[in-house]
Amino acid sequence: MYRYDQYDQAIVDARVAEFKDQVARRLRNEITEDQFKPLRLMNGLYLQLHAYMLRVAIPYGTLSGTQMRMLAHIARKYDRDYGHFTTRQNIQYNWIKLEQFADLLDDLSKVEMHAFQTSGNCIRNISSDQFAGAAADEVADPRPYAELLRQWSTLHPEFSFLPRKFKIAVIASDTDRAAIQLHDIGLQLRRNDAGDLGFRVYVGGGMGRTPILGQVVRDWIPVGQFLSYSEAILRVYNRYGRRDNIYKARIKILVTELGIEEFTRQVEAEWALLEPLGLDAPQAEYDRIIAQFAPPAFDPAANDDLDLSDPDFRLWVEQNVHPHKAPGYAIATISLKPRAGIPGDASSAQMDVIADLAERYAQDEIRVTHSQNLVLAHVRKSDLYAVWQALEAVDLATPNLDLVTDIIACPGMDYCTLANARSIPIAQKIAAKFENDIAEQRDIGELKIKVSGCINGCGHHHAGHIGILGVDKKGEEAYQLLLGGSGAEDASLAKILGPGFDENGIVAAVDRLIAFYRSARAAPDERFLDTYRRLGPAPFKAAVYG
Amino acid sequence: MDNQDQQAVAGAPTPALDDAPARLRLRDDAPFESPIAPLADFLAGGNFAAVRLEPGDDARALIPHFGRLKLIEVAFPKFRDGRGYSAARILREAGFSGEIRAAGDVLVDQLGFMRRVGFDSFAPNAPLDPGTVAATLDRFPHVYMKSSDGRPPVWALRHG
Repeated sequence: MYRYDQYDQAIVDARVAEFKDQVARRLRNEITEDQFKPLRLMNGLYLQLHAYMLRVAIPYGTLSGTQMRMLAHIARKYDRDYGHFTTRQNIQYNWIKLEQFADLLDDLSKVEMHAFQTSGNCIRNISSDQFAGAAADEVADPRPYAELLRQWSTLHPEFSFLPRKFKIAVIASDTDRAAIQLHDIGLQLRRNDAGDLGFRVYVGGGMGRTPILGQVVRDWIPVGQFLSYSEAILRVYNRYGRRDNIYKARIKILVTELGIEEFTRQVEAEWALLEPLGLDAPQAEYDRIIAQFAPPAFDPAANDDLDLSDPDFRLWVEQNVHPHKAPGYAIATISLKPRAGIPGDASSAQMDVIADLAERYAQDEIRVTHSQNLVLAHVRKSDLYAVWQALEAVDLATPNLDLVTDIIACPGMDYCTLANARSIPIAQKIAAKFENDIAEQRDIGELKIKVSGCINGCGHHHAGHIGILGVDKKGEEAYQLLLGGSGAEDASLAKILGPGFDENGIVAAVDRLIAFYRSARAAPDERFLDTYRRLGPAPFKAAVYG
Repeated sequence: MDNQDQQAVAGAPTPALDDAPARLRLRDDAPFESPIAPLADFLAGGNFAAVRLEPGDDARALIPHFGRLKLIEVAFPKFRDGRGYSAARILREAGFSGEIRAAGDVLVDQLGFMRRVGFDSFAPNAPLDPGTVAATLDRFPHVYMKSSDGRPPVWALRHG
């Protein structure tokens, strides 16, 4: 894991001091709320329906046991004993008091954490693959490059008043676990025939009101030049992205309006001017950061066998454990989608248990996934049973990864000022139909349901195999039904199936969709998404609307 | 939601407003005062040594004319519109060493960024508190990335 040096710590300390000063000036009325708003947003502080909401950055979704324990402490001391892990691998707290905020920031900075650029029209927290450093299919660990991006984008003087927010994701394998084609910039690390590392660069993906998949702006940029290339993309966006309409201000609209060829031409022209300026970090800095992500010393003698005689443990292993690149090790995903739970929520006590397990069994590393689950990436197979038992004891061992009850949901109208409808109760009602029968869930197979409470799409409904969008229909909550989306390497955008429903209607409609899929799939292992792609919407529509 | 926030500070004293813009200039040479031409007039061939760029203007149009320019004023009609930051940096990258002034909705919390991209004078609509200005410009002991102010990024400090 990356550890701060004196320079990183000094910058974070100065940033905390700056924001404390800004809060004090706001409280003295020396700056207006309109002027204060972008300042607090760039420090992760939103004003929600009931209270301030704070979003704490978890760079590329990786944190240590000590940091997780601090997140538990924050929840206990400043909030209501829980936190909510988000689709961008961060955590947010819903009940923060402004007068305690300075102390909270001090606590975070003690463990090399902060809330910078988790909101606002700036470059946001960099996201990445939750299996980084453990996946057998990666060409290299993507996180050193995410860290280079983190440093490059932190307090960037030219790009802190962009037309709109800007999200970057980095992966290093053909399997996309970070939805890079739905980011403003998606970077895929690759190795060429000469053995060199470089990126394929996607630009202009995004969800929200106008969902668009990213397009390739460059098939190969050497790793040594990707920061200056990113700078060129951001400059073209900062200069020419639309500022007349908040809903057309993301880079996806600029790319669409210019066309990918013209956009690429402008980026290349800008990069030709920027590249000679020596903006890229030197190799020594790459080496310094890469060294901090060096793989742990895996024990070559680690036992590769696993005793699966306990049927409940076996279920969890089959569903939530992935192969690790080192023999004798495994990747374990901790489901934050328990029965009757709120997707992504974890209590302080649960966070403490996870911190302990990470330190004891998982090389002191925890990952957050964009599906709002957590990962222990380096667990000895011989320790998996003990880990499972400890998770089971605090309701964190639900064996439902990627199944129908592993639902993404935004906070919705229970918390959010933007929402038109509630999301959490919809996810809970759908899950309730299946959560007591894991065999049925496994028979249905991989099914990604994603629920957003408004058109902004924080619940990724456009990337759902089944997407649900809450809307306001003449003052009543209503829910649109979308099918066929994917945020993975086979990325696609879900499309509306037909007229919307009320709360109970949408739950029943999902039921009918699943029943139809089970009757229509070509083979038991054909996924819902693949059946939909094979048959098209018509039979699904007939099944739902009769 | 913003209304609630306003109420939280209702009753606090309102700072005195000063109609006259308070200039802040971080250059050693003598201030240059002369008519500032809009970009179109300047490019049309008028005898101007100062020009004003609006957010939508292309700063690169000035590159052939640096020799006769002493001052380039970059307009910030709204502080949220960040195009002027790119304009200043483009001008410095292209070698302009004259005065670049940020004018308009220029707030103290933007000064650090503005200084880094190459602005060296400021004409804010509302006066800036000198103490806050000094603290802001002195805030960050290190920076992560190169810009137009010559400050070495931390990677240069780390690897000498």
